[in-house]
Amino acid sequence: MSDKFKSRLNVASLFLLFGLLFLFNRYGSGYQIRILNNIGVFITLAVSYNLINGVCGLLHLGPNGFIAIGAYTSALLSMTPAEKQLNFILGQVIWPLSVIHVPFVVSLIAAGIAAAFFAFLISFPVLRVRGDYLAIVTLGFGEVVRVLCNAGERVTNGPLGLKGLYPHTNLWWSWGVATLAVVVIQRLIDSNYGLAMKAIREDEDAARAMGVNPFRSLMLAFLISAFFSGIAGGLLAHLITTISPALFTFFLTFNLLIMIVVGGLGSTTGAIIGAVLFSWGGEALRIVEQPMEIGSFTIPGIPGMRMVIFSLVLMLVILFARKGIMGRNELSWDYLESKFARFRGAKTPQ
Amino acid sequence: MSATLFLQQIINGISLGSLYALIAIGYTMVYGILRLINFAHGDLLMVAAYAAIYEISLFSLPWFFAFPLAIIATGAVGILLDRVAYRPLRQAPRISLLISAIGASFLMENLALVLIGGVPKPFPRPHFFSRVIEVGNLHILVLTIYSPVITLLLVMGLLYIVFKTRAGKAMRAASLDFEATRLMGINLDRIIALTFLLGSSLAAAGGIMWAMKYPQINPFMGVLPGLKAFIAAVIGGIGNIVGAVLGGFLLGLCEILIVALLPNLAEYRDAFAFLILIGVLLFRPTGIMGEPLT
Repeated sequence: MSDKFKSRLNVASLFLLFGLLFLFNRYGSGYQIRILNNIGVFITLAVSYNLINGVCGLLHLGPNGFIAIGAYTSALLSMTPAEKQLNFILGQVIWPLSVIHVPFVVSLIAAGIAAAFFAFLISFPVLRVRGDYLAIVTLGFGEVVRVLCNAGERVTNGPLGLKGLYPHTNLWWSWGVATLAVVVIQRLIDSNYGLAMKAIREDEDAARAMGVNPFRSLMLAFLISAFFSGIAGGLLAHLITTISPALFTFFLTFNLLIMIVVGGLGSTTGAIIGAVLFSWGGEALRIVEQPMEIGSFTIPGIPGMRMVIFSLVLMLVILFARKGIMGRNELSWDYLESKFARFRGAKTPQ
Repeated sequence: MSATLFLQQIINGISLGSLYALIAIGYTMVYGILRLINFAHGDLLMVAAYAAIYEISLFSLPWFFAFPLAIIATGAVGILLDRVAYRPLRQAPRISLLISAIGASFLMENLALVLIGGVPKPFPRPHFFSRVIEVGNLHILVLTIYSPVITLLLVMGLLYIVFKTRAGKAMRAASLDFEATRLMGINLDRIIALTFLLGSSLAAAGGIMWAMKYPQINPFMGVLPGLKAFIAAVIGGIGNIVGAVLGGFLLGLCEILIVALLPNLAEYRDAFAFLILIGVLLFRPTGIMGEPLT
């Protein structure tokens, strides 16, 4: 397949995607649009999380911290001073934040930059260690951010959180950012930097011997991942319109981990599939928590059952189907063509 | 702060530290052999506490039967955990093992949530542990005194097993060189099961004392003590039992004293342990007693 043809196919499928979104935006129910918005945001989060966990092979457990930073930054910048005054009952918000009010898009970019800045700061202790230590330090980072959000009443309004954000996030924002994140991150993975990251994942000493600087490559991945997580955090804040520290616990990270493991660690396509399945399946699974009537029987709903199912799915996948849905494959045009050719070849007898 | 109050805080710190120490031992033993953070270790505290509650309330067992029974049951859960979640992944990449551990931890918490419910249950503290003794102006719950004593006794027992028995020798061998130990004809799966049994039982003892200290238990009670105990194990030098005990006492003391001396920072109490962790990893990643990482 020629490159020109492939890029035409890319443009065509983007048109198809946004055409579908347009139709949903016009005729879909509020519920459908909400799920689609969720899917868009989670695609951004899963793809950027996969960059660290799947491509670089580091078990990073703190994306909830970056999402929280992004959500708070974006919310605080996009709220009008009057709205902030309404929210902060315990004490006034500190000075520069009390007067700043910027357009949504600026607040999103600021959210990404803020998250990337924190990623830069913690990358020095974090990237010195590997494996389990890295997991626990990043877990600690996520936890520290949550504690700070709880305690910093003059900035984050403490446990009360921020309420009544304007619902800026619509399908164009959530899916536009998702598309951007997928394109940027996939191009990064396909570049020389991406090769270096994969080399570090497979054998760090060998990669170093080949002249790869692990710290620089991993730092790049870390910053880009945090940048998009921060933006997605901003989108999430303006989607659910209420944020509080309780939203950004380790539980959020756990959900992302399920998505990328089920989709296949190391595959961007897998992360996308995982995000779609999780957001959509998570909604569909709500029935197990609600009372169900079969004939004259009423089965009481079991609160918390969804999480049991999610953890079981994660364990079953990791124990019995470690590669997940996609393994490390990507659903590219070349991949499709080769599959298609094999399919045709199997059908025509020699 | 008066001298009495200061002494009181020191005693509280040692008591809290002894619980961290008991829990940290399990982390450090499993890490020593499998090189794995057993994320589900903290949840064993919850298992032990609920087991004890049900034995006392359903079968009306006296506490001196119920507590050892709960400890044995938790040890069995620990072995089951290894069998189901970790043993199938011995040859798998490390990241899979860690993800399995996180999954197991969430599964245990949420299963408890579904089966028992999220409403905190009061833990019946036996009369034996609830007396208050008065020394001068000090009022001390005997539990506060007993927990470090019980911890030290259990640690001594553990050290005997690890350093004086054949099984202990096999455990130490496995933590030095996994493959060579296998080549010597040692059944590693059994040694690992024993490690989980010992670590889980100690965590169970810690969990029961934790539940008596903070007598409201819920399915997520083990998460934070578990994380802090892991940090204690890192402070002491992971893989080293004596280090884990030292790290536990040190972390407990630091935490209580910081809250006592700087009450403004009490809100940040839970973040504090992680800052210590980052500090240790930056300046002395091998901890107090750890050997250099290769």
